[in-house]
Amino acid sequence: MTMSLSAKDKATVKAFWAKISSSGEAIGADALSRMLVVYPQTKTYFSHWKDMSPGSAPVKKHGATVMGGVAEAVAKIDDLTSGLLSLSELHAFTLRVDPANFKILSHNILVVLAIMFPTDFTPEVHVAMDKFLAAVARALSEKYR
Amino acid sequence: MVKWSDFERAAIQDIFSKIDYDVVGRAAFSRCLIVYPWTQRYFGSFGNLYNAAAITSNPKVAAHGKVIMAGLEKALKNMDDIKTTYKDLSVLHSEKLQVDPDNFNVKLFSFYCLTIVVAGQMGAAFTPEVQGAFQKFLAVVVASLRKQYY
Repeated sequence: MTMSLSAKDKATVKAFWAKISSSGEAIGADALSRMLVVYPQTKTYFSHWKDMSPGSAPVKKHGATVMGGVAEAVAKIDDLTSGLLSLSELHAFTLRVDPANFKILSHNILVVLAIMFPTDFTPEVHVAMDKFLAAVARALSEKYR
Repeated sequence: MVKWSDFERAAIQDIFSKIDYDVVGRAAFSRCLIVYPWTQRYFGSFGNLYNAAAITSNPKVAAHGKVIMAGLEKALKNMDDIKTTYKDLSVLHSEKLQVDPDNFNVKLFSFYCLTIVVAGQMGAAFTPEVQGAFQKFLAVVVASLRKQYY
């Protein structure tokens, strides 16, 4: 499903991001915590962590890293493929995350947004963010094969 | 046979006791039609689904949201045998409605839209563990709805 972002989608994402970006670390930590609990098969990528429980230090740190990537994607929203090139190489060659997991993390990010921003996370914002995260996942999958 | 832990049973019952079925049913079904617009395919008789505002204020959408929540309540009341409880609903979806069972509609509605709406309603009480229990419940519901296909 390759659906590109319209000008309206991009504007919606940027406006919403401006509201929520200061909570980036908290969003990342919570989304990652949920992914590890609700989809335990994803723990396989983090077996080197001492503690995978919700809110633990490695989870918080990594949540911040992931949302840093999302912030970068927002800034490069007009050309995600070239903008996220090195991140794609990282995921493809070094991390080798099965791209099926991108959808899982995206879902959990949306759940966290619904909890933290109940009035701002309207259906219109929801569809724009869902499309955006899908586009980010596609850009990250570029170098896989 | 699906096994439910005490925590899971309690968490799921708790969610359903706290949410407003009308509000949640309408909001979740609206989001499904807005976020995944190809699902509108199954609702040609619903009138104006032209944009998000039209969908969220459409009375047929609200009414159908209630129908879906009533269906989920059946599963809630028969948690130990959702498969049998849903036999007729599965036949309905496969034969009469011909909903694409694979990815669309049922999964999109329940896993994504309903979970997100319930999360928004419950706030921080919707912890990762509670989310896990709820999504497991929805997974059993989806599997039971698919049971009678083919």
